[in-house]
This record gives sequence, C-alpha cells and structure tokens, in this order.
Amino acid sequence: MREVAIIGTGITKFQEFWDKSFRRLGIEAGLSAIKDSNITGSDIDALYIGNTSAGQFINQEHIGPLVAEEVGLSSGHIPATRVEGGSAAGGLALAQAWSSIASGMHDIVVVGGAEKMSDLSQPEIIKAEASGADQEWESFFGATMSSLWALMARRHMYEYGTTREQMASVPVKNHSNAVNNPNAQFRFPIKIESVLNSPIESDPLTVLEASPVSDGAAALVLASVDKASEYTSDPVIIKGIGQGTDSLALHDRLSYTTCRATSKAVDGALKMSGYSIENIDIAEVHDAYSISEIMAIEDLGFVEKGEGGKAVEEGWTDIGDRIPVNTSGGLKARGNPLGATGIAQIVEICHQLQSKADKRQVEGARIGLAHNMGGTGGTAVVHVLEVK
Amino acid sequence: MKAGIVSYGAYVPMYRITPETIGHQWGKDGESIGRALGVKMKSVPGPDEDTATMAVEAARSALKRADIDPKDLGAIYVGSESHPYAVKPTGTIVGEAIEATPDLMCADLEFACKAGTAGMQMSMALVLSEMVKYSIAIGADTAQAAPGNMLEYTAAAGAAAFIIGTQGKIADIEHTLSFTTDTPDFWRRAEMKYPSHGGRFTGKPAYFKHVVSCGKKLLAETGTAPKDYDFAVFHQPNSKFPIRAGKMLGFSMEQMEEGLMVPEIGNTYSGSTMVGLASILDAAQPGQRIFAVSYGSGAGSDGFVLTVTDEIKDFNRGKEFKVREIINRKSTITYGIYSKFYKKLKMEGE
Repeated sequence: MREVAIIGTGITKFQEFWDKSFRRLGIEAGLSAIKDSNITGSDIDALYIGNTSAGQFINQEHIGPLVAEEVGLSSGHIPATRVEGGSAAGGLALAQAWSSIASGMHDIVVVGGAEKMSDLSQPEIIKAEASGADQEWESFFGATMSSLWALMARRHMYEYGTTREQMASVPVKNHSNAVNNPNAQFRFPIKIESVLNSPIESDPLTVLEASPVSDGAAALVLASVDKASEYTSDPVIIKGIGQGTDSLALHDRLSYTTCRATSKAVDGALKMSGYSIENIDIAEVHDAYSISEIMAIEDLGFVEKGEGGKAVEEGWTDIGDRIPVNTSGGLKARGNPLGATGIAQIVEICHQLQSKADKRQVEGARIGLAHNMGGTGGTAVVHVLEVK
Repeated sequence: MKAGIVSYGAYVPMYRITPETIGHQWGKDGESIGRALGVKMKSVPGPDEDTATMAVEAARSALKRADIDPKDLGAIYVGSESHPYAVKPTGTIVGEAIEATPDLMCADLEFACKAGTAGMQMSMALVLSEMVKYSIAIGADTAQAAPGNMLEYTAAAGAAAFIIGTQGKIADIEHTLSFTTDTPDFWRRAEMKYPSHGGRFTGKPAYFKHVVSCGKKLLAETGTAPKDYDFAVFHQPNSKFPIRAGKMLGFSMEQMEEGLMVPEIGNTYSGSTMVGLASILDAAQPGQRIFAVSYGSGAGSDGFVLTVTDEIKDFNRGKEFKVREIINRKSTITYGIYSKFYKKLKMEGE
C-alpha cells in the first residue's frame, strides 16, 4: 500500500451559528483546505464527508452530492461519499479516504466533516444524539448520551476511586487550552468549583463536563506521498490507522470502564505506524464528557487503567508536561459538531506537527495521535500522524 | 410641537411565586436558576385578573394622576400577547370601564413584548397630527408558560399605561424609532396554549441584535452618548439581558437600576419596559433624560428618548401608588395555588 499524506487543512470556527447553514460551513472549510493545499478543483479524484446525522439535524440525507456541488466539484462527477459512524464519522471518513489513496485507486482526495446541530431544540438534539446509542435497548427507555456516560463515570469512581475533582480537571484543562485556539467555541478559563457547582447534566456529570452543541466543519486534502511534494514542503504523513468496534449497548460489554473499541483501534494504529505509545508527543482524544477523556487516555495506554483521573489532576496531560492532550480545547471547549470533530482533531494535530499552533504550540511535537469515538464507544478510530 | 407623556399609571398583581418553589415542583435547583436569571420572584395574576382588568387598573391610575377627563381620550391602544379574547377587543372593555367611549379610536395590538410601546408611537402620531387631544397606550400581559418550561421561572403579569398628548406633558418624547426584522425567536400559533421559543436563539440574534441596534441608532440620530442620560430602561425578560445590552451600549448599572423591575416581579412582557419607565417617572426630576428601548420577539425594538419637563414639579405623582409601592404589596403563593390561579388545574365542569 502507498503512504498517504495530508497536504492541506481547513476549519471553520466552532460555535452555534445562527446565520450559517450546513452548506455554508461545508464550503468555508472545504475551500480553505483546497486553498491551503495549492491544488485545483480538477486535481481532486474523490470526496468523503463525515457526518453524524444531517437527516435528523437539518432533515437532509444524501449529502455527498450536496457538498460536492457546493464546493464546486459537481462538473467532474467525481465520487462523493458520506460516511456515518455516530460521532466517529469524521475519523471514519478519513480512514476511507486514506484507503482510497493507499490502494492506488485515487491520488488526491478531499475529506471533510460537518454538522449543523443548532437548528433543533435542546430536547430534539438530545434525542438525535441518543440515536447513537442502542435504540431498542437504551434510547427507547429514556437513556441519553449523558446518562450512559454518567453510568460509566459512577463505575469508574467505584472501581478506581476516581474523584469528582479529578473529572472536573478535564474541562478546566481543555478550556485553558481553548483560550489560545481562535477557532474554539469557548475561549475562556473555568475553575474546578464552577464545574462542580454547575447544574447536573446527569448525576454525577454536570453541564460543564459535557461537550456542547456546536455547528462547524473541517476539511483535509490527502495525496499519495509521491504526489504530496508537488504541492507542499511540510506534508503530514498518516503513519497508522486503526479502528475498533464494541457492542452498541453498554450492558453487553464486559466492562463499563474500558472501551475495547479504543484499545483495538490504538493497537492497530500503532502496529501499522511502527511506533509505541511512548513515542507519541501529542494527542487529541474524544472528550465527549470529562469521564470520556479519563477513560480514553487509559485505554489508549498513555496511563495505567484507573490512573486517568490522577493524570489529568496532576497536570500530566497539560501542554509542556508528559503527554499534552486536547491542546485544541477538545470536544468540550473547541466544540463538538459531531461529524466534524474527527477531522478537527486531525487539523489540530497537523497544526501542532507543523509548528503552526501559535500560543498553544507543543515544542518539538513530531508524532501525534487522534482518537475519535462514536456514541458510548461502539466505534473508535485512531490515527497516528508524523511530520518528517 | 413635541408629543410627550401627560400621565402614567402602572399595575402589578400582588401574588408572587419564587424560582425555588417552581424548581421544587419540577425537581430542579430553582434557586440557582433564579440566581442565573436574576429573578427573585415573579408576579402572578389573581383568579379574577386578566389583561383587561390590569389594563383598566393602569389606565385609571393614569387618568386620576392628571385629573384628565376620560372623554378627552380620543384613542386607546392595548398591546398584549395575552388578550382574553382571540376575537373581541380588550380595548373596548378598557374604554368602557374608564368611561372613554364612544367617541374613541380603538384597537388591540400584538407584537410580543413591545406592542405597548408600539401603541405609544401610534399615539404620538395621532396627537402630533391633532387628530385627537390625548391617546392612551397600554401594555399589559398575563404571560403564559408551559408547566416545567424555562419560561415558567419568569413569565409574569403587569401593566402600564401612558397618556400621550402635546399639552401638559411631564416628559417630552424627543425622538422615537424602531428596528424591525423577521426573526422567529418566540411564537405561539393560534390554538396553541403555550408559546414556543428558540432557546439560545432568543439571545444574540434576537434580543441583543434588536435592542442594541435600536439603541445605537437612537444614540446616533439624537447625537447623544450614554453619559447624557440619567436613566436607561430596556425590555426585561430576565436581569441578565437588559444589563448586558445596556452595558454593550455604554450605560452604567446606576442608570439602569431605577427601571429594572424584573428581579422583583419577573417578565411582564408587554408591561416590561413600560412598568420600568413608569418607575423612572416616579423618581425623575425636571431636565433629566431617559433612554428607553423595548423588545418584542418576532422581532423588533422601539426606542425613545425622553426629557422630563418642569411640569412634573406640580404633577401629583403621589396621588396614586408609585410602582415600587405597588410591587412591595405582595403575597407569596405555593405552586398549587399558582396552578389554580393560572387555570392550569381543570376544575369540575370546566
């Protein structure tokens, strides 16, 4: 298989956009990535779009041709494919795009992720998100994403003694990082006490431990490594891809405190890359809730099982410490437009590896990891990126 | 010739319910919600009170203060989103009750929370064109909120009435303008019992866009700056919104305090800005300037610049209860009583 490089990135600001549609956001991110990569429209062989639920959020399915047309690619009639996998849609779209180049089928591919969530009311959004859990066994009976993650949080507290303060440290760190990310939704610091005293989202999780409702889009341009040098001097190489799956319903899993889809995905990605977890300089992980980040850094192998809370509380995951996690602000503070999130994570890793992350730059970052997850962990996809 | 306020009156029902009580009903932390909204309690109409009765109370108070013969009122406009009848005017009930009929122009107005101030603008046009001697504009609401909805913590009841004329004015209306767009942030379709709202959409693209744009335009057209005003009052769906909008325009807390009624009575919808303006007139001295911007969902803002005249010195403000006196007369009720008063409980035979 051929090696594949990222030669251009584009991202919109993440926030609730009252005046920008799904189309508008897709155009902004897509054109920005195309411009960044120095390619022209006729160079593009295919388009992949990660999107979680445009059908529910804006009542629009069949978004492949929609996005292709909006970014000006309809006249070439190139393949345009929407990829869905809960909130892992962006990461999965990248995996598909990678495959199409690695296999030799295509040379240059644009991959994007986009979601427009804010057109629905809060109860409708909660319902749409809950459709990423098991409808027959969970959502139908009233389970929501936050209530399912709250169960995992309770169990993690019970099994490992993880404290509420440790969990609250996750959004505090991520907000602190987002202050220096101009595209982030929440660019202000918060305190542990504010997190703990904010209204209960689903006991024990509070509102400030949950990623927000966001609109936004992000895009990448991929090329085979031999083609990449024609367009850029600092390509980011996709060294490893891994994907894992677990049961959709929480009750069918062996453990509430381990996401086996993540373990499987990271094993695959690291094996392909030839690196070990100790080689990773920086990571973007799927902090849908505070507990999600704690479990993610454990399941990825950055820390021992049960030590995630302590790691965040003691600052091991801060910029400048052992393994900086979510320098972009993560899902919590950068924002979480579901289908765009997986691509936004890659954009952040690229900026870090290319030393373009300005005030949030991790010095000397050369190898980065992105972990994108669907729902409560039924799907996980991990990418390992490297800059030469 | 300038149009202005000749007299004013306000009315707020005596019953109150606290956010803690409402929150307790729904298993929510009402105290935190109240704190976040800046609302300590909201007014609740009694079982025999509605928009018409409150409008009558406010109008009678305005007439008494200035000793105006109701027959000199040539027009009456009642702005509300809770008119008791879908078809049949509130204005005729009020006109009859205050003995202003039959030589009377009359219409009910609806523009969410700013229908009352729209009535003030229409009244200005009538008196400036000398079609009528006085016109009375009333904003009154018994605001509806679905049980358990966030609106329930603030949706309140109150009314204010302003008699507009060109003679005997206690405050000149120096300038007025409006800022209007089609922005669906809050609505209630015919036959829907409770209104719907667009959540956070009601903030930045709705309330703030209209209030701040209207305010900026008003400052620009009058060539004034916030420091030129003694008082400022804005529509008050909660405490946070008007204070933030006022600060965005450059007004201080001191300028806004007198007209900020929402912490004690909640959001009186069509009464909101007007009750605040009435409270300012309770306190204002000759020469003082007032900046007022209302807001109605849907959406629009009416802005007014007023200057208090020397006539206010001889005007008998104390003849009627001042707004702060009215709202200090209160009795706190339970959620059960609240449900009964608001007819949320179906009684036998209903």
